[in-house]
Amino acid sequence: MAGHASEHIDTKTLWGGKESPFRVSYGKLMMWFFLVSDALTFGGFLVAYGFSRHAYGGEWPIGEETFHSLPFLEGNYPLMYVAFMTFLLIVSSVTMVLSVEAGHRMDKKGVIKWLVATIIGGLIFVGSQAWEWSHFIHGSKFGKVELADGSKAIVHAKEFGEIQNFTVQTAGHHYKVGQVLTNKDMDLMHEFQHAVEAGHTMGDKMIKLHDGSIAKVSKKDDVGMYLVVKEAGSKYQLRDKIEGVDASKQYYDAVYSGESQRIIYGANMHRNEYGPKQYANYFFFITGFHGFHVSIGIIINIIVLIGCIKGTYHARGHYEMVEKAGLYWHFVDLVWVFVFTFFYLV
Amino acid sequence: MERDDIIEYSLHTHHSEEEGAKIRKKIYFVTFLLSAITAVEVGVGIFWGRGNVTGFAWTTIKWFYIVLTIIKAAYIVMVFMHLGDERKNLKLMILVPYLIFIIYVIFICLTEAMHVGDAWSTYGV
Repeated sequence: MAGHASEHIDTKTLWGGKESPFRVSYGKLMMWFFLVSDALTFGGFLVAYGFSRHAYGGEWPIGEETFHSLPFLEGNYPLMYVAFMTFLLIVSSVTMVLSVEAGHRMDKKGVIKWLVATIIGGLIFVGSQAWEWSHFIHGSKFGKVELADGSKAIVHAKEFGEIQNFTVQTAGHHYKVGQVLTNKDMDLMHEFQHAVEAGHTMGDKMIKLHDGSIAKVSKKDDVGMYLVVKEAGSKYQLRDKIEGVDASKQYYDAVYSGESQRIIYGANMHRNEYGPKQYANYFFFITGFHGFHVSIGIIINIIVLIGCIKGTYHARGHYEMVEKAGLYWHFVDLVWVFVFTFFYLV
Repeated sequence: MERDDIIEYSLHTHHSEEEGAKIRKKIYFVTFLLSAITAVEVGVGIFWGRGNVTGFAWTTIKWFYIVLTIIKAAYIVMVFMHLGDERKNLKLMILVPYLIFIIYVIFICLTEAMHVGDAWSTYGV
């Protein structure tokens, strides 16, 4: 696989013309130059992220607290999904190397097989990233709570107590008094979160529904709930832990306070439940740029795959195109390794 | 197909089945290594996360992550991207300018960030 690079050649011949002094083709050299420039770009982004993060200090969200969900499953799995994504991208890099190796043996079937595996890995990765984004934007089940003293806390729990039904106390345009609304009539969780964030609640577990009626919430108790203060107030300091009955009381006092934005869910351009605004900005920007590069990589791989199937490269006598696409794909994996460390771990 | 106007280096970089088997073994070994390093990083991240470790212990863990990440990066660049198989002048040309720049930029941005953090906590954000 080393080919010409390991040949012993005198300087006069090497630099005398016609030879590439690096003994690689133009295309491969240019791909390396592009990768260095892209690495500088991503390096710049990550350094900027480091700058903002260190300026904020202790307020900055913590990786294993923020990213602890798995699709379709309840519960707390810190960093599990991100670990899966990292492993997936590494494996797709491996299948790419195997494709290149098959190319060096002119094994057309092998090249195609491993290239298809790489593309599939890439597609699953981009799909996973899309899920991460949507979950980040939508927010956790509990959101972030502003406590009575002005401090803000995030919520940890083993289980969010399920909302069983709403019992209408005061009629609105649509619902009658005494009507019991379940998940068949509406998405209870969705209505609940909307009403809570907008401040359409009242003491004693009442919420105002979208048609103006007022209903009492019947909800199971949460399991293992505790609060961690992320922004200090007049009473609580950074990283104070509030547990047990006190935690539940303070949380639901805020929920049914009737004040808007006492509980906030998810992240967008204006505020986010995880920490300073910059955090969400950097999350979307850096993972977005990376995801964009992965998507381009998938498209390039598909184009090269078509060339392989048609036999273009086999006729040429070498699979260097697969190698060049492979360099780009490995670069994408490399960037993710750094993003994973600096965003989720450190 | 050999052309006489350009030198097609890739036409001469083929290897046989036996050499291929050896190379594949190396690839699988590096894969196992990278997966193991990732598993260790995630394990440490879960049990000794930033949430429950502070001070000198956290600094040690942070540098532990950074060193492991650089090791992973080195394996990916040298083995998967085959930079390890290329000529020395190409290797140096790609790595040295990048490393000089990125190490400086990391140093200066983190230094500035600490000063900015101090200024913010003294005078308000």
